[in-house]
Amino acid sequence: MALLEVKNLGISFGGLRAVDGFNINIEKGQLYGLIGPNGAGKTTVFNMLTGVYKPSDGTIFLDGKNITGKKTIDINRQGIARTFQNIRLFKDLSVLDNVKVGLHNHYKYTAGTGIFRLPKFFRTEKAMDEKAMELLKVFELDGQAQVLAANLPYGKQRKLEIARALATEPKLLLLDEPAAGMNPNETQELMDTIRFVQKEFNMTILLIEHDMKLVSGICEALTVLNFGEVLAQGRTGAVLNDPKVIKAYLGE
Amino acid sequence: MRKLSKTTVNNLITYGIVIFAYILVQILLATGSLSSLLEGLLVPLCTYVILAVSLNLTVGVLGELSLGHAGFMCVGAFSSAFFSVSMQEAIASDGLRFFLALLVGAVCAGLFGILIGIPVLRLRGDYLAIVTLAFGEIIKNIINAMYVGRDSSGFHFSMKDTTSLGMAEDGQVILKGPQGITGTPGDSNFTIGVILVLITVFIVLNLVHSRAGRAIMAIRDNRIAAESVGINITKYKMMAFAISAALAGVAGVLYAHNLSSLTATSRNFGYNQSIMILVFVVLGGMGNIRGSIISAVVLTLLPEMIRGVGDYRMLIYSVVLIAMMIFNWSPKIKNWREAHPLLKRRKRGEEA
Repeated sequence: MALLEVKNLGISFGGLRAVDGFNINIEKGQLYGLIGPNGAGKTTVFNMLTGVYKPSDGTIFLDGKNITGKKTIDINRQGIARTFQNIRLFKDLSVLDNVKVGLHNHYKYTAGTGIFRLPKFFRTEKAMDEKAMELLKVFELDGQAQVLAANLPYGKQRKLEIARALATEPKLLLLDEPAAGMNPNETQELMDTIRFVQKEFNMTILLIEHDMKLVSGICEALTVLNFGEVLAQGRTGAVLNDPKVIKAYLGE
Repeated sequence: MRKLSKTTVNNLITYGIVIFAYILVQILLATGSLSSLLEGLLVPLCTYVILAVSLNLTVGVLGELSLGHAGFMCVGAFSSAFFSVSMQEAIASDGLRFFLALLVGAVCAGLFGILIGIPVLRLRGDYLAIVTLAFGEIIKNIINAMYVGRDSSGFHFSMKDTTSLGMAEDGQVILKGPQGITGTPGDSNFTIGVILVLITVFIVLNLVHSRAGRAIMAIRDNRIAAESVGINITKYKMMAFAISAALAGVAGVLYAHNLSSLTATSRNFGYNQSIMILVFVVLGGMGNIRGSIISAVVLTLLPEMIRGVGDYRMLIYSVVLIAMMIFNWSPKIKNWREAHPLLKRRKRGEEA
């Protein structure tokens, strides 16, 4: 059974049918790409998967559980974490604290324990620090743990966002245009990181991307969206050579 | 790990400043070098510091603009004064009664914080500011219209006047509408005030540097991202708002037990007061607890210190306010401060 099963997903904003009849099956451990021209509805699909938008119709199953129309925080607790197209970090918190916010639901103590500095506070905080530093090390951010997130260079901010998403211990990681605004070197480095995350954490990843080099380089399977509808779906090589896809991207 | 200890050092400096100020004042009191005017200002000073620190939790840490802080102070003041007056005979020990009054004031204000927070925290920015402003005014006006008395058969309540309470002859009117509550025991003093300041600072600082505080600041920095990592927005917003309100209630208790007669006027619980507290917070720096303490003290003392210049007092006050605002927060001055080697160390310490 697939980890993520989406059937006939659709959403309308007033008279506009933004996404229609969207189907996708992602196997555990797969690195899956969602591509399409601007305005095709890719981010809208992400927003439905993460509960930012309520789908008008269709169903979403994660690991056999129906998560259609649930709230964002519940979906995160079920195991979907995401990054954003326009980076959304907690910019006035340190890099370490950004990741620790991601650990919020896995290392718990009450507000009272925190205020009165009970022993459990120190124990949990120490465990959180260790876990967060471990994650930062994967992304080579451990040297900048105390830096404010806003002061990180752009490429590292993208990495920190992925680290924060991974801190919530997801089953499925959604990356919204991780290479946007990156130069070729940074993109190459990012590809290596994404592959590493897939292997190291045995992570299932769904990513939206415009950079064809990145898509063809790392994605095992692709879905192409155009005007809210699935244009092509299947193994990366086959999809990219599909005449319909070439037409949608390059024109006739 | 290094960060933790740095934070701890910073917090200790804040506590140290408060304790040092306390000792200094005690020495001045002992040598009799404090004017009676300043002496009378000591407890209000503590009240303002508590208010500024607690409002900083809403404005600086949660990042929501609230203009009703004096309203929560008002709730704390009246609920605790009512408790103290009606329990004056039942509880003989001043200390115990004051302690219970503190709890009553804090809990009542905190409950009001939750009550107001449920509808209000759905709003953001200017809208939240306007609704909280209205709340402060409503509280004040309701208390001005309330009459509560007690006789042998129990408590009587009216929104009209004293006679409509319909009490027996042995009855005593506790809350007399616009005349407020009289005969509140003067249980608070400067030492208690400073202890309450320390407790407030302790609660706020520890909350900020904990799991809940991180969640609250995450919501401030990016609500959508906070939601996406599974932070319960409503819960933590409410928590910050309620704790902030409860601490304002504590300030109210301190205020009420420093006066023998407590009335709700626009001078002490009106929106001017709320804005004054907001000025302390903005001047001291959003989210900077030590800054709130210092600016509350300076701005409360300033008008008294320059009383000698008579009519020009408020003029000088506003000029000083503008000058301090520019000096503290203008980007140019901030850059200059960061570049200056001596000030640089201090700056970095503050930020952590």
